Amino acid sequence: MSSPMVHAEAVVKSFGRTPVLRGITLTVERGETACIMGPSGSGKSTLLRCIHHLEAIEAGRIYVDDELVGYSERGGKLRELGRKEICRQRAQMGMVFQHFHLFPHMTALKNVMEAPLRVKKLRPDEAARAGLELLDRVGLADKADSYPRHLSGGQQQRVAIARALAMRPKVLLFDEPTSALDPELVGEVLSVIRDLAHTGITMLVVTHEIGFAREAGDSVIVMDQSSVIEAGPARDVLSNPLHERTMKFLSTIL
Amino acid sequence: MDDARPSGTREVSARAHAIAAPTDFERGAPIKAARSQSPVKWFFTGLVFVLAAWLAYALVTNPGFQWQVVREYLFAEPILAGVLVTIEIVALSMSIAIALGIVLGVLRLSRNNTAYVVSSAYVWFFRGTPVLVQLIFWYNLASLYPQIQLGIPFDGPKLLSFDSNVVMTSFVAAVIALSLNEAAYYAEIVRGGVLSVESGQALAAKALGLSPVQIYRRIVLPQAMRAIVPPTGNQIIAMLKYSALASVIAVQELLYSAQSIYSRTFETIPLLIVASLWYLVLVTSLSMGQRYVERYFSRGAMVEPGRFAPAGKRMTDVFARTGVHLGRRSSEGSR
Repeated sequence: MSSPMVHAEAVVKSFGRTPVLRGITLTVERGETACIMGPSGSGKSTLLRCIHHLEAIEAGRIYVDDELVGYSERGGKLRELGRKEICRQRAQMGMVFQHFHLFPHMTALKNVMEAPLRVKKLRPDEAARAGLELLDRVGLADKADSYPRHLSGGQQQRVAIARALAMRPKVLLFDEPTSALDPELVGEVLSVIRDLAHTGITMLVVTHEIGFAREAGDSVIVMDQSSVIEAGPARDVLSNPLHERTMKFLSTIL
Repeated sequence: MDDARPSGTREVSARAHAIAAPTDFERGAPIKAARSQSPVKWFFTGLVFVLAAWLAYALVTNPGFQWQVVREYLFAEPILAGVLVTIEIVALSMSIAIALGIVLGVLRLSRNNTAYVVSSAYVWFFRGTPVLVQLIFWYNLASLYPQIQLGIPFDGPKLLSFDSNVVMTSFVAAVIALSLNEAAYYAEIVRGGVLSVESGQALAAKALGLSPVQIYRRIVLPQAMRAIVPPTGNQIIAMLKYSALASVIAVQELLYSAQSIYSRTFETIPLLIVASLWYLVLVTSLSMGQRYVERYFSRGAMVEPGRFAPAGKRMTDVFARTGVHLGRRSSEGSR
């Protein structure tokens, strides 16, 4: 069997004296959609940020596509990578945020084109063509020239997904992509993510949507109090949770 | 629906009427709600008109203003030359100040301690001493350093050498003093602007793999501009007036030109009026330019194109009600 796409090993992180991740270990196979669930404050979002190296970690190792993220290891010692290397690694992962964080001064298309233009140094016409294709894929080709302000929350999030896809990432990280949306807009975003799951891209999705996790998730990772308490195939974890805290958590969000 | 409410019957009849002929409301006609009128408002509007009339009367009837002399010198050649020098000083000083201010402001936000300390010390010093003192200081630099040399510091070999008195003309001293001083203020404006940009923006840009410089140039600064442009307009206007300080070190700008005329002819008041009128003309054109720049940088964040209208509109309303029309569309006034 091939090596996993994402592999975290005993990752530790704290904010000041508050531990946020106490030795997180997890594995996400290639092409898999892994849903991370758990009560708020359990460290799910921080874990995603650490995988993306938007936050430094204090101990442990994170590998994406067999490459150590954020650090180089020499003689058993870890050193943080240089800026250029970090940017290169980040560009291989896409992140979708709870509050979208679209660039408000750019149109939808410009948002999607920005990274390919500046990081990959694509020609403007190439970037525009690829950008329009991506917007079409999330069903928003007609909104290419709209500013984020004039889009609904669901549309903004779909643009944000297109923007994350524009760098052709190996891994897509979703940080509660539907939590900030009005209930009637959740469906359109989830259906886009569900379609992506079929394309074979590896995804980590922090979500509270049990229905989505059951349908689209290959595996479910449950976190509580800064630790992973249960992980396994989605069906097993959601239908027959082993851990009492998982049961409790699942019953609260159903 | 609910027969208990007396209005129920009226609603039904209104709907029946609507089928026959659409009401104004359904045609989308503007609401003709009269603003509440109070006698106090009328009183103060009247008072303002009386005061304005009195002021105009005083300006015209006092012979001391010597409007004839004002008209004579308003477009006089030395005055126009002074206006030009003033514009040069402001344009140069402000350009340098903005460039330096952006660097200082960004450094001040840096996580690098040295950068923070350097920038803070700069702001502390240049904001902490009067700009007039700085102006005179730079003008007298020659007494401190007769020679300006470029080369290796600590008495190393020198590559270039200038005579301070030649380089530090009064114009150069004015530009240096005004720009270095302004940069300190501008750094704070930039810092405030950058802090006003939501932190998620930089995070999202980071996640896309943009470098720190790209994040600033492409994402953070353009958004910070919305918060930076209005105070920038303010600072340019302030700079325009600070530039009059340069008359102290004999830069032949607007005020100095006026002074050198009235020191000869003793027509002090009319020449000060000439200078003031020009300052007003410059400030007014700057304010108009500022509007357009602001509009550009608020793209994607505009509520509607008429965002700048409200204050003016309200004024026209007042005039419209008092029977004065300012040439605006009458539909606005008749509301």
